[in-house]
Amino acid sequence: MLKIANLHAGVEGNEILNGIDLEVKAGEVHAIMGPNGSGKSTLASVIAGKEEFEVTEGTIALDGEDLEDTSPEERAHKGIFLSFQYPVEIPGVSVTNFMKTAINESRKARGLEDMPANQMLKLIREKSELLEIDRKFLSRSLNEGFSGGEKKRNEIFQMAMLEPKLAILDETDSGLDIDALRIVANGVNKLKSKENAVIVITHYQRLLEYIVPDFVHVLHDGKIVKSGGKELALELEEKGYDWIKQEVSV
Amino acid sequence: MDLKDKLISSFMMFENNVDIDSPVHDVRTEAMKNFELKGFPSKKQEAWKYTSLNNLQKVDFSIFPKEVNALDYKDVKKYFVNEIDTYKIVFVDGIYSSFLSETTHDGVDICLMSSALTKPMYKPVIDVYFNKIASKDDSLTTLNTAFSREGAYIYIPKNKMPKKPVEILHFATGNEATLMLQPRNLIIVEENAELQVIERHQSLTSNEVLTNSVTEIFAAKNAIIDYYKVQNNVGTASLIDNTYIDQKDKSVVKVHTFSFGGKLTRNNLNFYQNGEHIDSTMKGVTILGEKQHVDHHTLVHHIQPNCESHQDYKGIYGENSTGVFNGKIIVDKIAQKTNAFQQNNNILISDKATINTKPQLEIFADDVKCSHGCTIGQLDEEALFYLQSRGIPKKEARALLMYAFANNVLASVRIPELKTRINKLIAKKLGVNLGFDL
Repeated sequence: MLKIANLHAGVEGNEILNGIDLEVKAGEVHAIMGPNGSGKSTLASVIAGKEEFEVTEGTIALDGEDLEDTSPEERAHKGIFLSFQYPVEIPGVSVTNFMKTAINESRKARGLEDMPANQMLKLIREKSELLEIDRKFLSRSLNEGFSGGEKKRNEIFQMAMLEPKLAILDETDSGLDIDALRIVANGVNKLKSKENAVIVITHYQRLLEYIVPDFVHVLHDGKIVKSGGKELALELEEKGYDWIKQEVSV
Repeated sequence: MDLKDKLISSFMMFENNVDIDSPVHDVRTEAMKNFELKGFPSKKQEAWKYTSLNNLQKVDFSIFPKEVNALDYKDVKKYFVNEIDTYKIVFVDGIYSSFLSETTHDGVDICLMSSALTKPMYKPVIDVYFNKIASKDDSLTTLNTAFSREGAYIYIPKNKMPKKPVEILHFATGNEATLMLQPRNLIIVEENAELQVIERHQSLTSNEVLTNSVTEIFAAKNAIIDYYKVQNNVGTASLIDNTYIDQKDKSVVKVHTFSFGGKLTRNNLNFYQNGEHIDSTMKGVTILGEKQHVDHHTLVHHIQPNCESHQDYKGIYGENSTGVFNGKIIVDKIAQKTNAFQQNNNILISDKATINTKPQLEIFADDVKCSHGCTIGQLDEEALFYLQSRGIPKKEARALLMYAFANNVLASVRIPELKTRINKLIAKKLGVNLGFDL
């Protein structure tokens, strides 16, 4: 589904990703771990098409199609979803209306009519129940005054609504208490299928107890320095990132 | 002949058509003297530093339209808030159109200034209120006073509320190559009475129009007034709006100004708090493009203790447009416990757009809360990426963010149909087709 080859990217000549190779197939869950500043969030943003980053070398392909020069909204229409580490507050735009706009814009891009209002309502009700979201919450301004946990839950709610092919969860566990973490993870697990894939970006192993990865990759200085199964996450938790740094320098 | 000379010489012609023996005319003559002395303001004056009237003074404006110009309702329907029933006071090239209007004397007076200034039954009101709060010193206000003859006259007696909002509309037909208009409005809302007004100036062609308008508003004890100014004129129409508001105890007056068009717009909005526990609110959304220019000059004079004022102006400036915000707050020595808030936030979406913003606080009391803040920025790139990553195209995402930015100001619009209208105007101005039913 996703194929990243020799990806180099950075900001204003300052290279952050130094040759990433990663292949994610449908039905798989990949975890990307790494110390602060290793390039995890940059990788997530580059896959989602953030224009601030310049791809200097290499390719990102979704279902065999090169994503070069594809805008973030086009990538969303193709099925890429990024759950933000810091979701942005948009006062004056309710969660519901934001979702309506997002869904209908995606439909428009696929040549479909707007989703009928009753169908939209049904979908919203169904998905908000999945994330244990209060109905009142949906009429509030997007992310404005939301707690950290509410913001993250709202991200996964948006994911549930948009039903992406590839979901990238960027530090979705940060700022979550254990109950919220369980709800979020449960939501992600219920959305998982043979047709879609998930990339979980995290600093800690904690989230991976709930969303169990098929593969774990360790990012260091903009490169994947180690890959393995889920046991690699446990090993990292035990030995710390210094262990990786030492291994790499050897 | 420049415009000032032309206006002075036109004054004699004007006098042929009004009763020069009435006390009102003494007021006009006095005002004319002031204008003769001062002339048009120049950029040398601090208050006009960023707004030049030089080019307008070079235009050979027709001061009096030559004929009565009729308009078909179907051609101008869209300029009314036609989703709701309203009283209407409509002028076509400065002349009252009884055909397009819907006035009333049923318990309240919603009618014409020309009647109020000439008919004996209105004399007691005119003696007390006419030209009492308007400046006798500001040259453009006195120019309007000198030529004051027509406009809207609204009198709401004690404990009354008109059944529906009032729309004041000024159309310019373009039948004259150039036209200068000077409407004069007088609005009195007595104790415990309430009023909603929507005012709009609309030119129907690209012929040059200059409007120098003066509105005097008196809000008695406990009166509530909502005043909405919709400024979405064509690129050859200029407006100088001078609004003076006198408030008594516990009255609540809100003025919303929506500036989306016009060539040059200058809003002089002046509040005088002559009582206690008064609430004065000024809100504005300005969205400009092309070479449009809008200058908001607000004044709140806190004269008595225990009052509040709230100002919130949002501006979005694109292309070569220019904006000015100058918010003056005066708190007199005895006006203790004043709460005065002022906020002016701007987004520049073009490298060539300019905004000059200046708070001006003169506080003589020592137990007050005054805050002011102004910001000038660009759209938040992270927020833009966030919306795009959800599949919302960049153009719509930008519009959504700009809409969100201006939204605070819309929240206090109390006529839902007008709010919808303004939402649509914003979407149109931002070039997107989004249902901003948010």
